[in-house]
Amino acid sequence: MNTQSNTYTFLYAAIMVVIVAAVLSFTSLTLKDRQNMNKEIEKKQDILKAVNVASTPANAVELYDKYIVEAIIVNSEGEVKSNDKAKTFKVDLKNENKKNLSERNLPVFVFNDTKIGKKLIIPVRGKGMWGPVWGFISMEPDRKTIFGATFDHQGETPGLGAEISKAEFQKPFTGKQIFDESGVFTSLKLVKGTASTNPHAFDAVSGGTVTSKGLEAMLQDNLSSYEKFLKSSN
Amino acid sequence: MSDKEPLFSAKNRKLLTNPLGSDNPITIQVLGICSALAVTAKLEPAVVMTISVMAVLALANVIVSLLRNTIPSRIRIIVQLVIVAALVILVDQILKAFAYDVSKQLSVFVGLIITNCIIMGRLEAFALGNRPWPAFLDGIGNAAGYGIILVIVAFFRELLGSGTLYGFKVIPQAFYDMGYQNNGLMILPPMALITVGIIIWVQRSRNKALIES
Repeated sequence: MNTQSNTYTFLYAAIMVVIVAAVLSFTSLTLKDRQNMNKEIEKKQDILKAVNVASTPANAVELYDKYIVEAIIVNSEGEVKSNDKAKTFKVDLKNENKKNLSERNLPVFVFNDTKIGKKLIIPVRGKGMWGPVWGFISMEPDRKTIFGATFDHQGETPGLGAEISKAEFQKPFTGKQIFDESGVFTSLKLVKGTASTNPHAFDAVSGGTVTSKGLEAMLQDNLSSYEKFLKSSN
Repeated sequence: MSDKEPLFSAKNRKLLTNPLGSDNPITIQVLGICSALAVTAKLEPAVVMTISVMAVLALANVIVSLLRNTIPSRIRIIVQLVIVAALVILVDQILKAFAYDVSKQLSVFVGLIITNCIIMGRLEAFALGNRPWPAFLDGIGNAAGYGIILVIVAFFRELLGSGTLYGFKVIPQAFYDMGYQNNGLMILPPMALITVGIIIWVQRSRNKALIES
């Protein structure tokens, strides 16, 4: 057979594309459920991680159901719109952050444990260098002090921006204040060197400046929409 | 494969060992530099990258080698690209479903693997003209040659840049107390290029046969 002819070349390309497309879509369809389940479990693990509760993919669902006693949706005025736990879990910040402030659904997860106490967990999402970064911030019942934080990313550079998902980066967030002494919302600012003594600031990742700045903007944007809610029961 | 030739004949063994030294894809052929710069700030991603490249390169080499007599030469590059891209997506999808943690580390490398010059280079230079078994060995050998440089570079960059190895602290706190500091420059890409350059220099000064006249 003449493998150099136009007909052969066209046929070859067409058949190859059809076969590859079929294989890929078949794989995608058959694995979709499992992949979505993994994502949900990961989100539950992340929520628990924000209050320093370690979980494994196997027990994450059980621990989540046990510790997250309530999950509510509030609006930017601080009013509760819904307290359906399943609905709150499904809120996608990617879509919410595109809406006007007054229309946003803002999820709050309420954690309660006899030892650790009651904490509020707020999800955040923003842009890193190569793609989205997101995380969960847990607040003390005073609604001013950060109890814990966890961050993750889609494709930040390993060793540089990707360091935001490491415990060494997340630990110093504990005890930070997002309101200043006179009660004005300040979020947390990126500073060099003095972050360990400044309760309103955090340290950047060396070599991950763009990611760190993205994180600063993410905290500012997301936490500010909760401002009224956080102030409401002070 | 001829029936008389043993699976690991001297010729086939050379396919595995040559890329580790005198025919190294990074230091001699100077391919795959882009990803070598990107993923060597820490040892762990370097190792994950090596394993993924090895799987993709070996499989792609075998598939292209099996199809080598049917591929129309005018669209061979496109055919190779489709095979590599499909393999990478397939591997990524399977990992996402069954090894979610690994896939999260790997996801950033997917794009890099598809564009890795070593893969296209080996498909063009070797798989198109050889039988599947030697092509498989060639894939493993070249990925290993690529990986060994990645690991060496990552070793120095992580040690000097972060004071850790594979995430574990190896430089004692006492050193820092005495004024030692991690070298921030080491974790930036330019130092990877310089480290690769030093490796090439060392290799050529030890093996004069590699020096161009």
